[in-house]
Formats: sequence, structure tokens, C-alpha cells
Amino acid sequence: MTTARAASIILAKELRSEFRSRDLLLTTVVFALLVVVLFSFAFDPSPDESRRFGPGLLWIAFLFAGSLMLHPSFGREHANDTLYALRMAPVDPFAILLGKMLANFVFLLFAELLLLPVFAVLYNVDLLPVIGRLILVLILGTLGISITGTVFSAVAAQARMRELLLPLLLLPILTPVLIAAAEATVGLLDDPPQLARNWVALLAAFDIVFMTASWMLCGYLLEE
Amino acid sequence: MGSGWKGNAIAMFAVTALLAVAGYAALFIAPDERSMHEIQRIFYFHAPAGLTAFSAFLIAFVGNIAYLATRRPKWDWLGVSAVEVGVAFCTVNLITGPIWAHPVWGVWWTWDARLTLTLVLWLLYVTYLVLRTLMSDPERRATFSAIFGIFAYLDVPLVYLSIRIWRTQHPQPVVLGGAGSGLEPTMRNVFFFCILVLNLLMVVLVRQRYRVERLRHEVEELRFEAENSLAGRATGGS
Repeated sequence: MTTARAASIILAKELRSEFRSRDLLLTTVVFALLVVVLFSFAFDPSPDESRRFGPGLLWIAFLFAGSLMLHPSFGREHANDTLYALRMAPVDPFAILLGKMLANFVFLLFAELLLLPVFAVLYNVDLLPVIGRLILVLILGTLGISITGTVFSAVAAQARMRELLLPLLLLPILTPVLIAAAEATVGLLDDPPQLARNWVALLAAFDIVFMTASWMLCGYLLEE
Repeated sequence: MGSGWKGNAIAMFAVTALLAVAGYAALFIAPDERSMHEIQRIFYFHAPAGLTAFSAFLIAFVGNIAYLATRRPKWDWLGVSAVEVGVAFCTVNLITGPIWAHPVWGVWWTWDARLTLTLVLWLLYVTYLVLRTLMSDPERRATFSAIFGIFAYLDVPLVYLSIRIWRTQHPQPVVLGGAGSGLEPTMRNVFFFCILVLNLLMVVLVRQRYRVERLRHEVEELRFEAENSLAGRATGGS
């Protein structure tokens, strides 16, 4: 079986099990919504300040949501002892990791897209004229969160205090993603909106570096 | 074992003597800086401590890769030793920075590129140490912390790039114009001597820490053997 085929089977399995319960999506969306709302209470931003701080806040919400929602990716396998079974499958271990990364990417992106209109209304920013470019930034940033997050979910699943450990591992690594994605989004909310090419390049570089590293290290990550 | 002990003592003694020389050079030999005066002298330990932390993390990175490639525990010991010592030097750098910045810049902290990079680096490697405390199986701990260590190290250039772009787009904070660029010759010599000495100190400390890690491993193995033989006797007797 090719890696792509195996990865798509894993992806389908992850999506199926998630859409049966919808636990993950529901909690993630509500959590991110809470962060967005609470931020507004804590800082009471004026329209100008919303434009300036909104993107940073939005990405903080995505990062926190991601660091919480990515834990079950391997945590669930660990709890049910199903990782053995997965590993027993005669497929490239990278296919398992890739399938899970893609599933997490889909979940997180979906949650983000649900959150965007709420954010636009609460913070009075008009996202429609820049939606195409914003989605490009969302895709690149979310990819970065999903790649590193899925790997660290596998790392955290092996340790004590798993749920707490994942954000701890993930958030400092994601510093470049937070800076690049938030700054790129600030640029999009500027008048006139502009997408800085170096931020997009940095996000893409982050994705490529860590995707390559995951591919090289996944054999060690999934062994017992 | 005996000769190792003696070599260690000599190395420790030599580095301590060199540290004393470096301290003397920084305080008395290096000339007075025109605008900052005495406070500038902290720079001879502040910047070299940061550079030394970088070299320690590079050693840890090499150790992490070598562990995954060979699975020999000694590379794991090297990894954790270098990270611990590196975090210590990084801490020195982060503490001496604000002490210097407050009188010179008027603020304890600014989100300048180098400062921010060092802080993120410190956070990353503290997390590495936390991760290790949460895993008890030695092999698993070695493998997963090596993976995390590699990821952390790969992140460093990306963090640096992002902060560089970020900081050039924003108005520059009150930053001293290029301290490293036009250094007076005596200052430069003292500075490079301090870099050398602190790196030597780092190597000696890593070596020492490595020995502790090896001894800990030996104790763990002995305890394991003892427990096994006790268990064997118990089942044999019944």
C-alpha cells in the first residue's frame, strides 16, 4: 500500500470517529469563542485597537485551542491501547502520522472558519474583502500547528501529566507561527490591506522544516 | 576511575584559575567605556554567557541526533547534561541583561531581537527538562526527549528570523548601536578571552554532569539487578 493511500485511510478513520461524537470540534469552538469574548472584557478595545490587537488575539485563541484539541490525537490511542494495532499495520509509520496530521488540520481549520465570522462581528472588522488571502494565512499557520502538535501529541502520550504537557511543549515551538501569522493578519486588516510576502514565506518555511523533520523522525516516534 | 577523578580535578582547577583571570581582565584590564562606564563591564560576562549557551545547545543537538542514530545511552547523557548547563548559562545571560539594560537603556527589558530569542530559547530548553522529569522509563525518556530536542533546535533559526522581521517592521526600541562592531582592541581581546573561558567552563561542567548521569544510570541498573535477584530468591525458596 502506498503511503498516500494508507494516510488517507487513517484520515478517514479519524474524521469518522470525530464526526460520530463531535466532542472535539464542539469543545474547541466553544473554547476559542470564550477566549475571544473574555479578551474583549479584559481589554475593552476601541475600534482602532481591535484592528491592531484582534489578529494577535485570534491567533492566541487558535494556538490555545490547538494545543488542547491535539492531545486526543494520540492520547485516545494511548488510552484505548490501539496504537499497537495501528503500528501492526503493514504501512509506513509516516502514513499514520500524516493521516493524523491531516485530520487535525481539518478539525482545526474547520473550527477556525466557524470562529471567523463571530470574531468579525464582535471586533467590528470587515474580513470579506481579504477572505482569500486570510484563508491562505490560516492554512499555512494551521498546518504548522497541526504538524508540530501531532508529533508532540505522540510525545506527550508517553508521559505523565499528558494534558498539561502538550501546551507546554507546543507553545514555545510555535513562537514563529504566532508572530508570522498574527503579523500577516494585521497587514490584511490594514488600510489598504496588504499581505507581506516574508510572513507567508516564513510560515511556509516552518511547515516545510517540521514536516521534513517529522518524516525523518516518525520511525522513532511511533516505535515501542 | 582514579585517573578520571584526577583529570577532572585538574580541569576544574585550571578553569577556576582562568575564570579568575577573566574576572580580573574584565574589571581592571579592559578600558573604561566612555558613555556607560563601570556597568559596561558586565558585558564581558553577559554576552559570552549567551554565546556559551548556544554552543551547549549545539552539543545537545548533536547528542540527540547521535542517540537516535546509535541508541547508545551515553548520547542521551550528553544531551541532558549539555541542556542543563546551557540553560544555566542562558539564565546568567537573561539575568545580567536587565541589570545592564536598566541603567543604560532606562528599562529592564525590551523586546529586542536578541533578548527575545534568548528568552524563547530558555523556555524551549526548560520545557525539554520538564519533559524528562515526566517520563520514568529511561529508554522512552531518551528517545522522546531527543525528538523534542531536535525539534527545539530546528526552531531556533525560525524564531530568530521571525523576530528579526518583526523587529525591523516596528519602530526600533532604544538600542545601543552595534556593541560588537567597533570594539577597542583591548576590549576585544578581553571579550574573546571571556568567551573562551566560559566555553571551557561549560565543557568542564557538561563533563561533570555527564559523569553524574552515568553514575545515576549505574545505580539504576544495580538496583534493578538487586531487585531481580531478591525476587528470584523469593520464588526459589517457596
